[in-house]
Amino acid sequence: MAHSLSSRRRFIGTTSALGAAAIAAPYVKSAHSAGKLALGLWDHWVPGANDVMAQLCETWGQDNNVEVTVDFITSIGFKNITTAAAEARARTGHDIFSLPTWQVTIHEESLVPVDDMVEELAKQYGPYDETAAYLAKHNGTWRALVAPTGTHTYPMVSRLDYFKEHAGIDLQELFPIGHRDQAKIDSEWTYANFLEAATKLNAAGHPFGNPIGPTSDSQDWIGPLFQSFGSEMVNADGDVTVDSDATRQALDFMKELTSVMPPDVYAWDDAGNNRWIISGMGSCIQNPPSAWTVARRDAPEVAAQLWHHDTPSGPAGRYRGTLPYLWGIWDFSENQTAAKDLLMWLSQKEQTDTLIRASNGYDLPLRPSFLDNTVWESEAPPDGVIYNYPGRGNEQIIVAGYPAPPPIAANIYTQGLIPTMVARVTQGGESLDDAIFWAEEELAGYSR
Amino acid sequence: MARSTTASSQQYLSAAKPSGYRQVLLFLNSKAMIAFFMCLPLLILIIGLVVYPFFYAVYLSMLNKAETEFVGLDNFFFLIHRSTFWMVFKQSLLFALTAVFFKALLGFIAAHLIHNVPPRGQRVWRGLSLVPWVIPPALSTLGWWWLFDPTHSAVNWLLAEIGGPHIPWLSDVFWARFSIILVNVWYGAPFFLIMYLASLKSIPEELYDAAKVDGASSFQRLRFVTFPMMRNIISITMLFSTIVTLANFDIARILTQGGPRNTTHLFGTYAFKLGIEGGDVPLGAAVSLFMFPVLAVLAVFILRDVRQRAARV
Repeated sequence: MAHSLSSRRRFIGTTSALGAAAIAAPYVKSAHSAGKLALGLWDHWVPGANDVMAQLCETWGQDNNVEVTVDFITSIGFKNITTAAAEARARTGHDIFSLPTWQVTIHEESLVPVDDMVEELAKQYGPYDETAAYLAKHNGTWRALVAPTGTHTYPMVSRLDYFKEHAGIDLQELFPIGHRDQAKIDSEWTYANFLEAATKLNAAGHPFGNPIGPTSDSQDWIGPLFQSFGSEMVNADGDVTVDSDATRQALDFMKELTSVMPPDVYAWDDAGNNRWIISGMGSCIQNPPSAWTVARRDAPEVAAQLWHHDTPSGPAGRYRGTLPYLWGIWDFSENQTAAKDLLMWLSQKEQTDTLIRASNGYDLPLRPSFLDNTVWESEAPPDGVIYNYPGRGNEQIIVAGYPAPPPIAANIYTQGLIPTMVARVTQGGESLDDAIFWAEEELAGYSR
Repeated sequence: MARSTTASSQQYLSAAKPSGYRQVLLFLNSKAMIAFFMCLPLLILIIGLVVYPFFYAVYLSMLNKAETEFVGLDNFFFLIHRSTFWMVFKQSLLFALTAVFFKALLGFIAAHLIHNVPPRGQRVWRGLSLVPWVIPPALSTLGWWWLFDPTHSAVNWLLAEIGGPHIPWLSDVFWARFSIILVNVWYGAPFFLIMYLASLKSIPEELYDAAKVDGASSFQRLRFVTFPMMRNIISITMLFSTIVTLANFDIARILTQGGPRNTTHLFGTYAFKLGIEGGDVPLGAAVSLFMFPVLAVLAVFILRDVRQRAARV
């Protein structure tokens, strides 16, 4: 029996060591890839961006004798998330899948470790942003790479003319192209001052508008706002910490802010704020440059007055939301070697730059060394409209739910906990204590 | 002679006692087996699309979040301690019962109206009234969403033209619930209409004539002739519609996504949110299975009533 146990232990030890060695082994490009590869990628908002991606994949396929097929799957109606769930459960489908935000956490067990690739890319270009590790590295193992397409952040998109005329703020001066006066920004661009400006803009008939509902845009502006006040739903250790003075401050602030916002924001979908600013009624929203891109096509006079810039700061700092896309390789893929080779090639700076340009600067790589692309300076009108989109100041990029352990944060985000708590107070008229009590009850369930 | 008799009786016996092969052939040719084989495609479909998914859902609902451990009824106990779940439970019942009631009421009224239209015009009205039912609900709901758009609602624009109020169709709790019920009624009423119309046409005219001779008023004819004659079809349509309405997904999903503040979530949309968006498939399965006992109890009572009436008739 002892012998048997010893053998088993030795066997487990040997296989564990081999497994660890395989994970820790550096990435080595295979001599030749072959066979077939199927990619399920996010269907880009920006016209033409898909074509460039498809062309790149085709080029790589021809050079490596791999038959590559690319399916662009829309995120409208969560079709990409539903497809990912179906493939993970059926254990068949694409080889590579573009997974938004929390989907790597959700499908962690079905994704191939990619530590070797992350390590190799870090050697070449430096490390990813911390957000990437938070979303894609679980239990010490990277399960996905940051996709060069789809990842975006939520800066403010404001009307230059309305802010200057009604709030007396020159946004181009405060957030210029090139050198900025960060001290001035820190003293002038706070949530308290923003509330004052929003009140004046509302009085002038041009309110600030952003959704407060179960949609992702709602999480992506309200989550960072709460973080700016120091409010965390759950801390990094997994303790429920929503019942705090910071949460009360943030809720009080939202009560005041929503009183000068359109009452319809509780029913807006992810395009609601885009339509609001494009219509010319709104003075400010938080969104990636897609709203401006559509305005440039459909309402050029509006587009010419838009400016992307930093979010305000709160007592605990300045935070901006992000919605990253991550590329994972399913563990049921029959051509994992080719999948790794293709992802490695697409992650090179040359390809990433091409893709960023194809998206008119919409895509933001979560790797600081890739932020030297000139597209953000050259887009117009007005000149340099998205210069500040990559983040030029002291904003910290986070996802709503941070810093909770990812499985809990995933639920905070997907169940729309923070916007719902806000709406219970600001629309439903609940007391702060009741809303926080409800949030605590929900959070207790998320960590089950 | 004796030998000859024995030989013929053996032949007779061999004919009377078929071989194994013939026995199988005879068995396969029996009415019961033919009926079975004719039903087999349907049975396979029902087993594949109803029975298996149901038991798979039961199995899933008894696993932990990672689907690695059997946890019995823990997911159900977890849900019944959540205020959000009970809100969804109440909303689902409110949605289903209100929508079914109005679908039945409107279907009943419309069926009578069309029934009394001269035969030549009936076909057109029947065809027109079926239009909402034949359009895929996801598509028609998108149309309704444009009508109710939170900021640029076409209905509100029309109301504004005549000096009416701005109605927060999708952002206010009452109006959001009203909207999803309205769209469901619009979509489902034609089903009731067509069923009730068929039922009305099957009521013998002599019964009404006899009631008239007895001096029955219009209301009394409705109360004592029409209702009793339509009772079975009313029960069955309401049962079927309650099942389908309680399981509704697309209308709430497209129109409100469960908002504002989760106040328009139904079992289906909440299960999707927990199971697919949140990655907790066992909990999502548990939510969806909560419909089963409610519907089972309802079905037992309604079908028992229908059977009893059929036996009496």
